[in-house]
Parts: sequence; C-alpha cells; structure tokens
Amino acid sequence: MNILLNYIWAFMIFFSIICAAATGRMSELSSAVISGAGNAVTLMIGMTGMMCAWTGLLKIADAGGVTAAVAKILGPAVHRLFPSCKKGGPAIKAMCMNITANLLGLGNAATPLGLAAMKELKKRNPTETADNDMVMFVVINASSIQLIPTFTATLRAQAGSATPFDILPAVWVTSFCALLIGVTAAKLMEVRPHG
Amino acid sequence: MADFGAYAVPIVIVAIVLFGFLRKVPVFDTFVTGAKEGLHTSVSILPTLVGLIMAVSMLSASGALDLLSSLLAPAANFLGLPPEVMPLALIKPFSGSGSTAVLTQIYKDCGPDSFAGRVASVMAGSTETTFYAVAVYFGSVGIKKTRHTIPAAVLGDLSACILSALTVRLFFNS
Repeated sequence: MNILLNYIWAFMIFFSIICAAATGRMSELSSAVISGAGNAVTLMIGMTGMMCAWTGLLKIADAGGVTAAVAKILGPAVHRLFPSCKKGGPAIKAMCMNITANLLGLGNAATPLGLAAMKELKKRNPTETADNDMVMFVVINASSIQLIPTFTATLRAQAGSATPFDILPAVWVTSFCALLIGVTAAKLMEVRPHG
Repeated sequence: MADFGAYAVPIVIVAIVLFGFLRKVPVFDTFVTGAKEGLHTSVSILPTLVGLIMAVSMLSASGALDLLSSLLAPAANFLGLPPEVMPLALIKPFSGSGSTAVLTQIYKDCGPDSFAGRVASVMAGSTETTFYAVAVYFGSVGIKKTRHTIPAAVLGDLSACILSALTVRLFFNS
C-alpha cells in the first residue's frame, strides 16, 4: 500500500516541476512548498478540537453499551448476508461489532474488530483463497457506512463552511446506494464452491 | 432539508451522553480518555499530511491540477461530475491523507459551500480507502487470492462517485 504511495508522491512532485517549467510558474511553485507545509499544520490544529470531541463522545457511546445495542439490532440483517456462518456464532458477533463501529464512525475501533472477525472467518478456511463470506465482509468494510461523516464535516467547517453538516442527507443516500450496489455485485459474482 | 443536519448532530450527542449517564458510565472521565486518543491520532497524521498537502499545493500552483482536471473533463462530463472533483475521485481509493489534501485544495479553490465543494464532500464522506482496506483485511489472515472483492468494491466506489453529483443536485437544487 505504502509502496504505491511512494510512486504517487514522487510523481506529484516531478509532474509539478515539469508543469511549472512549461508554464513559467517556478516562483509560485517555490512558495507553494512553504505555504502547503504550513497549511497542513493549520489544518491539523483546526481539526484537532473536533476530532477530540468526537473520539471522546464515541468512547462514551462504547462504554455505555450503544455499540452492543446496535449490534443486537443488526444481528438478523447481518446473518442474512453471511448465510454460511452459525447464527450468533463468534464470527457473526465479531462482524456485527465491526459494522456497528463503522456506522458510529469509530474508525480506530472498527479496524481491530474487523481483523478479529477475519480471524474467525479464517478458522473455517485454511486456504489462501478468500471464501464468499470473507469477500462480502471486506466489500462492506471497503465502502463507507458512517452515519455521521465527522471528519469530512470537520474539514468543511475548517474551510469556512456556514453549515458543515448540510451534506448529511446526500451522504446517507449516496453511501447507502453504493453499499447496496457493492453488496449486490459481490452476491452476483459469488460462485458456489466446487460448483 | 438542509437544516435537518443541524438537528442530527445535537441529537446524536445528547443520546450518547444520556445513554452513558443512565448506564452509570463516568461520562466526563471517559470523554477525556477518548479525546486523548483523538489528539494522538490528530498529531500522528501530521507528518503524512505535511508531505501530501505540500505535494498537492505544488500540483495546484504549477497548473498541473488544472491540466489533470481538463484532461479528465470529458470523463467528468460523461458522469455528470464537476471536473474539479476528479483528482479526489482518483486518489480517494488509495490514500486517506492524500484525499484530505486534495479535498482541502478543492475547498480553497471553489469554496466549501459551492456545488463542486459539496460534491467533493459527499464523495469523500461516502467512500473509503478501498484498496487500503482490502490489503489490510486480507493481509492480516494471509489470503492471497481475493477473487471478486476488488471488482465489487470498485463498482461500489464508482457508484458513490457518480451518485454524489446526483444527490447534491437533488438535495440542494443546484
């Protein structure tokens, strides 16, 4: 993953130099290096307050059992997506917790929970090939299912937006449809094992 | 419709604190512990942000971003997207910090409440760093053959990108 970013970043730098040379904007490019680095720090400082506020709130949600409650509600729906998993088994439980953490935007908690769920799924599949449940689970995690996209709203507020949260309904419709399309595609592309 | 967002956030906050309070969670102490984690995250991504925002600023100042946008304009037109958001659509599946850098650049160039700014926000809020997630999840359990994961996930991403322009038009009548 990071290997790829090495190439992308180098390309960005080289491409900028070439473009600046071609369009005669070398002096702008020099000042962009300095202002860009400075802007990153300004952005971080502006973001930190809201980041802290939300991670703090989400910690309360986790401790208060909100996460566990939502996972209980999601159980039946999740089971439908993973028919070969035992009802209420450890794999389903772990996947429910991960999906709940994703919904609540607990990014830092969602990943470890998701990896724990992958371990459970791996127990039934000793091969190097992903099975249908694994694919479905990763597809869900590779699409955004946050109810409140705090980070994006924070960036908007930081950029001086009057109503940083007004994108919520559009985000909900978009991410729900995208998730539905991804999940449906995964279901359609499933092939029965040994079939 | 737009002021609905103004209600959603306070309601979520009150619900979380009330739930915790009723369950006898030491709410303030827990809040502080969580906020510490947020601070740690925020500070730890700074070096990455500096590197990427610097590179994106360079792209922007050299005119490379405009060039890229105009190269992709036909594709953007075909999908009904403002051309300014195309760089975001390209980088988002690969890098979270990279898309943060591009997104702040779009806000700077077009404004956070402009049509392009809103489409970019919805796009950023409705997609994940897909390839990163796939690599981490399968890598953690030693799966090498991912079968139809990438096609399905990329199809979802693509849908989100196209839909972001549609939903912004729908909810903001722009």
